[in-house]
Parts: sequence; C-alpha cells; structure tokens
Amino acid sequence: MVTEQDVQHIAQLADIGIDAGELGTFTARFNAILDYFDVLDRVQGDGAGARDLINVMREDVVEPSLPQEDVLRNAPAQEDGFIRAPRVM
Amino acid sequence: MVLSEIEFEPDDRYHAFLTICRKAPCGDGKLAGIAVAVKDNISTKGIETTCASKILKGYVPPYDAHVVELLRQSGAAISGKTNMDEFGMGTTTENSAFGPTLNPADTSRVPGGSSGGSAAAVAAGMVRMALGTDTGGSIRCPAAFCGIVGLKPTYGRVSRFGLIAYSNSLEQIGPMANTVSDVSLLMQVIAGHDRRDTTSYNQPYRHTPDADIRGLKVGIPQEYFGAGVDPTVAELVKHAIFRLEELGATSVPCSIPSMEYALAAYYVTCTSEASSNLARFDGVRYGPAADTKKSWHDAYRDVRKTNFGTEVRRRIMLGTFALSSGYYGKYYAKAQVAKENVKKDFARILADVDVIAGPTMPTIAFTLGEKSDPLSMYLADILTVPANLAGIPAISVPCGKADGMPVGLQIMGNHFCDERVIDVAYAYEQAVVS
Repeated sequence: MVTEQDVQHIAQLADIGIDAGELGTFTARFNAILDYFDVLDRVQGDGAGARDLINVMREDVVEPSLPQEDVLRNAPAQEDGFIRAPRVM
Repeated sequence: MVLSEIEFEPDDRYHAFLTICRKAPCGDGKLAGIAVAVKDNISTKGIETTCASKILKGYVPPYDAHVVELLRQSGAAISGKTNMDEFGMGTTTENSAFGPTLNPADTSRVPGGSSGGSAAAVAAGMVRMALGTDTGGSIRCPAAFCGIVGLKPTYGRVSRFGLIAYSNSLEQIGPMANTVSDVSLLMQVIAGHDRRDTTSYNQPYRHTPDADIRGLKVGIPQEYFGAGVDPTVAELVKHAIFRLEELGATSVPCSIPSMEYALAAYYVTCTSEASSNLARFDGVRYGPAADTKKSWHDAYRDVRKTNFGTEVRRRIMLGTFALSSGYYGKYYAKAQVAKENVKKDFARILADVDVIAGPTMPTIAFTLGEKSDPLSMYLADILTVPANLAGIPAISVPCGKADGMPVGLQIMGNHFCDERVIDVAYAYEQAVVS
C-alpha cells in the first residue's frame, strides 16, 4: 500500500507535479496496479538474462553531426547560439 | 530520388491523422508513388512529430528516422502522421492529447491502440500501408480491432533510430496494411541493419509470401483460450486454426506457464523504461517553454504537469516507484527474471513447433470510454505482451467478425522467423479469400 504522501513524494522525484484534487484517485489506482504487480512475488528462477548479450559500441571518433541552427530550431529559449535552461542554483 | 509528388486529400472522418501532407514527394523504387502513413512517434524531417502529446506540440524533427529514410529511398510518399495514444501508452488511441481516433468498422468503438491512427487510415482505405510501433501489442491490437494485417517484427530486425523511445527493450517499428502481401512488401523496405541502433541485427528481409504450409506444426497454448477470452472470439480463432489444418498444418496443444505474470512483468518493465526515457521532456530543448526564471525542479514540474496526459504521468510515476531504492528488487529485478522465463517458455515450445497461434485480443474493440479504469485497460494486453517480452515476431491477420466487429488471428514464431509467420498468415488469408 502506498499512501497519498508516498504518491506526492514519487511525483516530486519524477518532476511530474500532482494537484491535491487528483491525489486521491491517483493513489487508489496506483494501489490497484501495485496489488496486481504482487503476482511477481511468485516468479521463480535466476534470470540474469544479459548472459548471452554483448555491448555494441562504435569507435570513439568524432563524426559529422547536425548543424547547430538545426538543433536550436526547436528550443523555446535561446541565447548566443545556446539553449537557455532554468536556473540550477 | 524525388520524381514527382502525389496529392493527398483524404476524407479523415475517423481522425486517423494528426498531420496530413497534402503534397507528398515520391520517387522511383519498390514503393514508387505509394502513400504511406507514419505513426506520429517516428521522426520525419520537416514534418511535425508530436507522439500525440502536448509536450511535443510544434516539434519538427531535424532528421529522419532510419525507416523514414528507407521509405523515401524506396519512392514512397509520406502522406501524413497518424494519431496514437500519447507516447504509445494505451490500447485504444483515446489517450491522444488531440482527441481519439474512431474505428472505421463502427464509429462508436475505439480502433485499438496505440497505433490506432495507422490502422484506421489503412482500414478506411485512405492509405495502402502504414507504419506502426509495437511495445506490448500496439500494432497487432489495432490491426485486429480494425480488420487489417499488422506485423511486430523480431526485436532487432528493424532499426529504432529516430523512433521517440518509450520502452527500448520491447518496442519495434512494423508494417500495417490490408493484405499480408503489402505487409511483406513494406517489411522488405524497412528491415535491415543500421549502426545507429545498437540493437539492430544484420538480417534483411527479402521474402515473398508462400502459402504452402503443408507439414507445419502449430502450437496452441491453452492460456490463449482461457479465462478472460470472449468465447465468440475464441470460437472464431479455433475455426481459423481448423482452416490451417485443412491446409496441411498440424496443431499441437502447449502451455506457457509464465503467462501468469507476463503482463505484470511487461508493465513494470515498460513503465520503468518510460520513467527514464521521458525525463528528456522538460521544455528546454523542444516543446512548450519551461519558465527559465524558476529553479529547474519547479520549471520542469510545471511544464510536465501541464503538458503530459494523465496516463503518461501515471506510467512515469509507476516506473519511478518500481526503480526506487527498496522496491527495485520486488518489481524491476523480478520482472527481468519473469521476462527470461517467458523467453524460455517460447524457446521450449518453438523447439517442437514452427509457429504458435491464438487470438490477438481477448475481445472485440471496446466502445469509446469503456476502459476508463487503467488496470482494466492493461489487462486487455495479456495476449500480445508475451511476444514483446520474448522478442519474437508476431502477426495479426483478420479471421472473421464477432458482433459485426473484426477479430484477429495471431501467429507467433521464433526469433528472425518473420518470414514464417508471414507465410502462415498468407496461407490463411488466401484460403479465406478464395
């Protein structure tokens, strides 16, 4: 069982925001889904499915990339050829 | 090479499209002059690509997805971008931020999802073929509900470069069309290696469908005809399997015990991956502007709360929770073991049989608004998610109607045996047509 406070905390971790008015429904539905996920407690086996997989890497060499103006075209706020972001401090 | 352009003026009464390209350039090649619709989570250079989300409203990709490059090279006309559940999260196309698509077979019903716009555009005859994406059934479900053919290829067979990621380890781009031959033709164009997708496998598809299935062994999993599957749907699918037997195939009963927890494993995996993938949508590089005067957490939170739909927010939060310290072992780690068990179950069965058959969806298309509770919507994916967890190819081909609505026969095969599932679907289709 997660509480409304838990859901609020998760929303905060995910930078998703949640209104007080939707918290009750969100929490109830969250719990119904988590109850369903409890079936995973019955899973047996060691898994570790990555055994037969390998990482695919290319050589670390510079390759042509998109022109700066193409990349900036979708950015809502720009300054001097850079993307403007919210303040961090 | 661009030779000309086609005029595309469809009567889009079902709201299949989010963007219509009224003049679409086309060229010479395998798909010369053929109008192809592209799901709106696949990047198209110069054509708005929104994933049916307000958070990407106005986003015009500066590059093409690999499959779109291939479409253009084959002479196809990109005729528009199709509606979908926001970021592919849904089974009805009702989760689009721009309103639902209607099912051309009955406009009071959903077309299925999440590639509902692509399916409706094909079913209504607006385009001959379309691209969809399938993370847990998003090609096969709408194909079944709208009465068309849709293939989820083997994981790795089609490059995901330029597909706006929702759940990388599960999703594939695949072809949708009215006939198996057209699905096969589109697959010829889109399959093959691409170094920009590190999970891409070098196995091109050069197959032409062959209807000879004599001697083929078809596994029939009991779980695909059990509780929750509408008896009328089950009967139609059993009858379709009987037709395969008449064509020379043998059916063999089998069981997939991991089906018990496959759906839970799927939802834990896809929400976990979504919580990471969708972190990039913050109103900085694209989409509606974040308020740069606010601190970054506040700015991101505001933009994401306003511009993501409820289901997207729910899945991001479920994934954040499933990956959080203290719960990772209970949810994500267990889901990965479950995924491995599903893979093993299919490997065991497919060592004895050539393909596995069952219904695509447990019911016919829902009425609009019917699946308002998220868990009941998730449960509808029970028959499609196993193929995504196992990474195997699966096709849905129409096999009749229940209450006037189309029903899909699902054929699943071994890794990189896309040709074989195509052949079985083709054999069935040709037998029913003739």
